[in-house]
Amino acid sequence: MARTVDARGFSCPQPVMMALKALAEADEALIVEVDHETAAENVERACREKGRSSTIRKTDSGYSVEVSPK
Amino acid sequence: MKNFFASNKGLIVAGALIGLIAVCLQKLGNPGNMGVCVVCFERDLAGSLGLHRAEIVQYARPEIFALALGSFGAALFFGEFRPRGGSSPVVRFFLGAVVAVGALVFLGCPWRALLRLAGGDWNAIFGLAGLICGVAAGAVFFRQNYSLGRNLPGRRALGLIFPLFMLALLGLRLTFPQIEGEAKNDLLFYSLTGPGSMHAAFGFSLAAGLIIGLLGQRSRFCAIGAFRDLILFRQAHLFLGVLGFLGAAFVGNLALGQFHPGFENQPIAHTQSLWNFLGLFTAGLASALAGGCPARQLFLAGEGDGDAACFVLGLMGGAAMAHNWSMASSGAGIGPHGMAAVVAGLVLTLFIGLMFRAKNAA
Repeated sequence: MARTVDARGFSCPQPVMMALKALAEADEALIVEVDHETAAENVERACREKGRSSTIRKTDSGYSVEVSPK
Repeated sequence: MKNFFASNKGLIVAGALIGLIAVCLQKLGNPGNMGVCVVCFERDLAGSLGLHRAEIVQYARPEIFALALGSFGAALFFGEFRPRGGSSPVVRFFLGAVVAVGALVFLGCPWRALLRLAGGDWNAIFGLAGLICGVAAGAVFFRQNYSLGRNLPGRRALGLIFPLFMLALLGLRLTFPQIEGEAKNDLLFYSLTGPGSMHAAFGFSLAAGLIIGLLGQRSRFCAIGAFRDLILFRQAHLFLGVLGFLGAAFVGNLALGQFHPGFENQPIAHTQSLWNFLGLFTAGLASALAGGCPARQLFLAGEGDGDAACFVLGLMGGAAMAHNWSMASSGAGIGPHGMAAVVAGLVLTLFIGLMFRAKNAA
């Protein structure tokens, strides 16, 4: 079960900050839950710049960015 | 469907188009270096509604309604209309008011600061330096886990209320248009002289605003986020949009004969550099703490974000008070209470920044 960060409902730049903090803490797979497309795009972009690939999946409550392990 | 405008290239294109449309609006009649200024235009709107009575800045700018409604339409069409709210709305109202007051000491929102620079108004350099320092100060709070808290999804009506308000004001504007030589048509005030009397034809303003609203919603263009992300994450994505905006506005101004370099005699600007710096420092800090520049807040309000709508209403209230209490600057310099306004705004913003830090975020 991948670690999950719940960043739903936070305004910029908090979802990205939360994702980057989690990425810095561990190399394992990570799921970042966000509530809108902009945040999903931002988290995906930040992960890419950290050399981590991710995919965005639509969920009931928004989007889930699934980051693969390092 | 992949959103082109959310890519680096797409954002540069969106920024460039917005910059170009803005300088064209100046050619078509909007005030100098003020093709689009969200704070100035909210102030003009407040004046038109009679919330302040500074006679030279009263005009219900169609651009404001159109920016929100363009974003609303785009969000609906692309399935991104999402009613939400509840992330400290009253705090966001006051942050909006501080942004308006700070921006009116400088004489322009972040967008106008860029347009002033692109038009050769070097006073904007001090304003932009202040803006960047203000955003950097905001980054310090974010690093200390500053947060206004989560929003929650809401009923459809929560998201509709602000776009409907804009639609209603647009309806008023259509019902009570300016009568030649008259300062009032029933409900709405109009300027006969000064910046409020300078405007592109209604149709142009409306169409331009709708296009900008659509581009803004799709691209997430944000003049505060641009500097914030550079400072916090060394990420240039949003900054590329600002570069596109600035570059296109500069080229557009050159082509239209609107580039006049210098410090003196710039349109709707003063040369008090310290207060240009401090005005936008305050506005930059307050915008950063609210999560985006005034235009971005208008786009978000169009997408159904009730908290962003509170910020925009704060802008309108703050802009009205800026003129009621002589806090706003003019071409002659800062207002009698401009200095006190900046200090008070800064104190309030720092208080918010300090009080909303969490030991353990989320």
